[in-house]
Amino acid sequence: MTRGTEDTGPRVRLAHGAGGPAMRALIESVFLEGVTDPAARALGDAAVLPLGDRILVIATDAHVVMPPFFPGGDIGRLSVAGVVNDLAMAGCCDVLCLTSSVIVEEGFPIESLQRIHRSMQTACAEAHTRIVSGDTKVMQKGEVDGIVLSTSGVGFTDRVVRDSGLLAGDVIIASGTIGDHGLAVLSARHALGLEGDLRSDVAPLNGLVRVVLDSAGAKLHAMKDPTRGGVTSALVEMASKAGVSIVVDEAALPLSAPARAAAELLGIDPLGVANEGKALMGVEASAVPAVLAALRSHPLGKHAACIARVKEGEPGAVWLDTGFGTRRLVERDDLPLPRIC
Amino acid sequence: MTGPEKLEFRDVARGRALQERLRELITRAGRSVTLMHVCGSHEQAFARYGLRARFPQGLRVQMGPGCPVCVTDAPEIDAAVALAERGYRILTYGDMLRVPGTQTSLLDARAAGARVDVIYAATQAAEIARDSREPVVFFATGFETTAVATAAVLLNRPPQNLYVLSAHKWVPAAMEVVAESPDSQIEGYLAAGHAATITGYGLFEPFVERYRRPVVVAGFEPLDILAALVLLVEQVLAGKADVVNAFPRAVTKDGNQRALTALFRVFETDAGEWRGIARVPRGNLRLQKAFAGHDASLRFSGELSAPKVPRADALECCCGGIMTGRLTPRDCRLFGSKCRPDTPVGACMVSSEGACRIWHEHGEHEVRA
Repeated sequence: MTRGTEDTGPRVRLAHGAGGPAMRALIESVFLEGVTDPAARALGDAAVLPLGDRILVIATDAHVVMPPFFPGGDIGRLSVAGVVNDLAMAGCCDVLCLTSSVIVEEGFPIESLQRIHRSMQTACAEAHTRIVSGDTKVMQKGEVDGIVLSTSGVGFTDRVVRDSGLLAGDVIIASGTIGDHGLAVLSARHALGLEGDLRSDVAPLNGLVRVVLDSAGAKLHAMKDPTRGGVTSALVEMASKAGVSIVVDEAALPLSAPARAAAELLGIDPLGVANEGKALMGVEASAVPAVLAALRSHPLGKHAACIARVKEGEPGAVWLDTGFGTRRLVERDDLPLPRIC
Repeated sequence: MTGPEKLEFRDVARGRALQERLRELITRAGRSVTLMHVCGSHEQAFARYGLRARFPQGLRVQMGPGCPVCVTDAPEIDAAVALAERGYRILTYGDMLRVPGTQTSLLDARAAGARVDVIYAATQAAEIARDSREPVVFFATGFETTAVATAAVLLNRPPQNLYVLSAHKWVPAAMEVVAESPDSQIEGYLAAGHAATITGYGLFEPFVERYRRPVVVAGFEPLDILAALVLLVEQVLAGKADVVNAFPRAVTKDGNQRALTALFRVFETDAGEWRGIARVPRGNLRLQKAFAGHDASLRFSGELSAPKVPRADALECCCGGIMTGRLTPRDCRLFGSKCRPDTPVGACMVSSEGACRIWHEHGEHEVRA
């Protein structure tokens, strides 16, 4: 039995970490038990705290990805992008600073640690931020698998964007191709030997979000990054929080050729796979041309596309029009992809 | 921009024409038609493309016993769990982990410390055994399509320490089970294209003669399925019963003789209990005597489990009715409440080829006709 635990009662299952209904139930029953603070109960990826006449945004993110090095990135880049994107999705593009904790297994190559550190620095430079404090713990061999990184970040914003602001009539724009991160990690983990340029999209998005905020202003109604659980989970959460429904046009989904091929081959729905460098934006229809143009002018937004429309009624329902019929997109707890981020 | 050219099998305009033809046929006949497919991959395609949402009123396509994981009987799971609990290293396909045995699953065994690993191909089992000095048990499941892969491994100088616990099933037996069920309303069958690449479509001729029901072999793209449905409905309404190969780009009359030869060099058919359905004559594939040295059921015969008392909720499970096309997942009161992918009661909610799991994942129960 696990040390320090009672040998009775329900146990934590992998589903509790999949980003879906089981995880929300765990958070509700354990981490929100007795918590009344509305900032915490909002369950945003970042907390938004008025501080005098300014708005402070703060977020934290732990990373356990396996393998730690994958095509297109590594755990270091992921840990910086993850927290920067949590802040950016709340409208905070000026990231003041980050802190980082590393928990590493005895025997982990120092050279790998150096590589991870260098890619954290590179990602920080891209996001115009820096790491100002850190902590290092070493665990005995077998007590942790390789490396775990936990990063926190903080910044100020003038304008808060939430994931709950969708309005009927809005158009949902994806900032680029979907599914790349999850499929790249899966392919690397299982040494599937898939040929082609299947690469994680992991990237800090604060620069891209700034461009969108400048162009859309108040017409950007809602924003979310489709990480664990993918586009499906993100859209279901956005639709539920806003009390609207969403119809996704499958033919309009931007997919890179390698991701499309890998998803087909492995039978994995790219809509359910994690992205680490993409945003879904609910935009008033009149602002769509300007937002698309702004996105496409940015290197991370070249493949931006309108993927869905927001409708009234059926709160929380997300439908996929496949061209041959229609089906409901539902969140999953049973993704075969643990340790994806 | 990014993707390859649109697949010709996903041409939406052609899809609409076939949907229109189905509507015309059913409307003109003025009666309903109930068909069955016997393949998890077909159900995935129905659900994946939301095909039923555009069916004409009166056309029903039920899933039959087309999920090898679902028909794996609880005692077969119990045997694998027992070996895992005794400390043997077990390798199996991902779907098998959550399938409940009489009391527990391999996932439960793993959570309690047993060594159970998921593999993606039979060849991985041989590789892992080669790198190991201890016995490695491959809990092998699937219809003839995957059984051929297991056979190929055993025919290709497998390491001595590789043992196969076979729960492989022979799919042609499945349709006979349904056709012989006295309350069956099924008027025609969509046969699984990939299985037919191995068995050949000729295999269905005795079935058609005996039961006077048409069989159309279909591929898995939406256009394959819609075209095959048109051919089936036309036959049903004309009172015909023929085998039609609507997947000629992959299926021949005689099938893959080399694969069939390999399959039956290693395996032989045997009667076996299919979960929730019946005892199926020729339904199971067991290892031939020549491969006894790799047969886990012989090597560890003393260590397989004793019969257990079933879980109470398993008695409420409708898997049997669903797999014989008499019920849909929506008819089961456990569906989506007590029985969910992370807490499955029946095997149909476990396997990615099970009707309940497919419906749950694809929101098929929510489909608006």
